[in-house]
Formats: sequence, C-alpha cells, structure tokens
Amino acid sequence: MSKDWPLWEVFIRSKNGLEHRHVGSLHASDATMALQNARDVYTRRSEGVSIWVVESKHITASNPEQAGEMFEPARDKAYRHPTFYNLPDELKHM
Amino acid sequence: MNDSLYNYLLMIGDNAMILGHRLSELCGHGPNLETDIALTNISLDLFGQTRYYFQYAAELAGDGASEDSVAFLRYPHQYKNVLLVEQPNTDFAFTIVRQFFFDAFHKPFLEQLSDSADKHLAAIAAKSLKEVQYHLSFSSEWVRRLGGGTEESHRRTQRAVEELYPYTGELLRPVPLETEMQQLGIGPDLEQVAGAFEETVTGLMSETALQTEGLSRHQSGGKAGIHSEYLGFILADLQYMQRTYPGMEW
Repeated sequence: MSKDWPLWEVFIRSKNGLEHRHVGSLHASDATMALQNARDVYTRRSEGVSIWVVESKHITASNPEQAGEMFEPARDKAYRHPTFYNLPDELKHM
Repeated sequence: MNDSLYNYLLMIGDNAMILGHRLSELCGHGPNLETDIALTNISLDLFGQTRYYFQYAAELAGDGASEDSVAFLRYPHQYKNVLLVEQPNTDFAFTIVRQFFFDAFHKPFLEQLSDSADKHLAAIAAKSLKEVQYHLSFSSEWVRRLGGGTEESHRRTQRAVEELYPYTGELLRPVPLETEMQQLGIGPDLEQVAGAFEETVTGLMSETALQTEGLSRHQSGGKAGIHSEYLGFILADLQYMQRTYPGMEW
C-alpha cells in the first residue's frame, strides 16, 4: 500500500457558471474524502455550488509531443468556422 | 440585565471558543495540507459562532462591554465550557474523536435552539446549524475511516474514545441554569438532545467496532466553572496580549 494518498482533480461549478471548471488538484484516500477536501480547500470563499472530483489516474491526456499532428492540421481550415455566411440584416446578435 | 440569559450565552459561546482555539492550535500542523485547512475552517466557523453569542452577551451586559471583553477578560472559573472541549489535541485520533463527540451533541442542540423563544438566539442557532452539519459529516467520516482502518488506526482511535467518552456525560446532563432556560422555552430539552446524541454515537461506534461499553461518563464541572488543568494554559495563551497591554487594538 502506498504511503501517499492518490491525487484527485477538482472541478467546480460557480454560482453563475453553466459548466464545471477544473480548479486544481488535491490528495485524498477515497472519493468521499476528496469531495470534503475539495469543499474545504477550493470553496471556502464561496466559489462554487457543485463539485466533481475524479482520481487523476482516470484522466487520459493528450501527449504534448504529439501536439503537432493533433492540433496543427486544423489551423489552416478556416472554412470549418461558420464565418462565410451572409446574414440577413434582420438577424441581430450573431 | 438578564443574568441567566447572559450566563447561558457564555455557556454556549465558551464551548465554541475553546474548541475553536484547540483546533486553531493545529493551524500549520495538520497531518497534510487538506486536513490542515479543513480543521482550520472548522475552527473559524466556531469563532464566528462565538462572536455572535458574545456580541449578544455584551449587548445584554451594557456598560461598555464588547465581544472582546467577554472573550478575553474573564478568569478561569468564569468560563463555562464543558471539559470535553478543553482536552488537548494529543494526536489526530483525539482531535477527531473529540470533534465527533462534540458535533454529535452540537447538531441536535442547535436544531432545538433554532426554535428558541429568544429570537436572537434562534437566529444564531439557525445560521450555525449549517456549519455544524458539515462538521459532523467531516468528523463522522474520519471516525469511520480511522476506526475501520488499519489495526493501528483502530487501536489509537479506541484509545481516544476511552479517554474522551467519560467527558460526554457533561454535555447531556443539565445544570440548574439549563433547566431554567428550558422552562422559559429559551434553551433546548437536553433529554431530547441526548437521544439524538446516543443514536449518532452508538451507530458509528458499532459500525467501526469501537467500544464504549463499561466506560463511565462521570466527568463534569466545566459548566460550573470548575475546569481541568488545561483551561488555565489555554487562557494564558488567549489573554496574554490583553492582560499585558490592556485595551490594545490593532
């Protein structure tokens, strides 16, 4: 058994936020403790109304070394953005 | 001035202040960053509650009294907290078990106090209750984890239970002032609080195989101002500044 508690990632939804945002990480021995620790460490200045925690090992992350093949091909494909439509004048707030 | 109500406010406020102080001693010394912050948060909750009780007490006392003079300018025998809350931090198991016993009492106590005939007191209780509900779930989780954890964590938690359980009787046995407050509809019926306390404690003790059988609950005295040797040291820490430089502010 490892002496150190596993690492957890913390996501918090703020009062007027629609989605949970990653705010940081912490150590905890289990999910309940992770949730309580997240409450104590990350919401003590009333930052949130909802918390998700997920053990860091369950996150599969993209490899920075593959950033080129992963993200660059999208860069010169401006036509994927919906910016080439002529909008009728009556349409506001677009 | 209403002496009974004043003294009753001290009795409630002193519990919060002394336990808050005990927890504040751990600030920067918690077993890890997360637990350190959690205990400090609880400490701050308790100090916040203390301020409400003492502001109200100072208002009743008049004559230039303030929350600070109520908190800092009394002698040991004038503090009315229960003996449980002045017991030392010893180790993490003691800190958690002390907290759990107090929370198991504090929550039903505040539930009832929020129906108090004294509207001011009822409002303080209602506000504090939400904080204390969290304290209880925090300390319960830790008792569950330590009591049901490894052989060593169980052994050390059991030791803390044996040392601290004798102090729990005092929480639940009314002194004449509490009986008077209950008759006026201001204070809770401690018999009902005791019922809730037993249910919480017995439930978690049996779940974690922690033993309270055969432990007597004879310790008492704090409510009457008769304290263990620890309170004097706590007050020396707390009062040093005000006693050395009276009226000092920053």
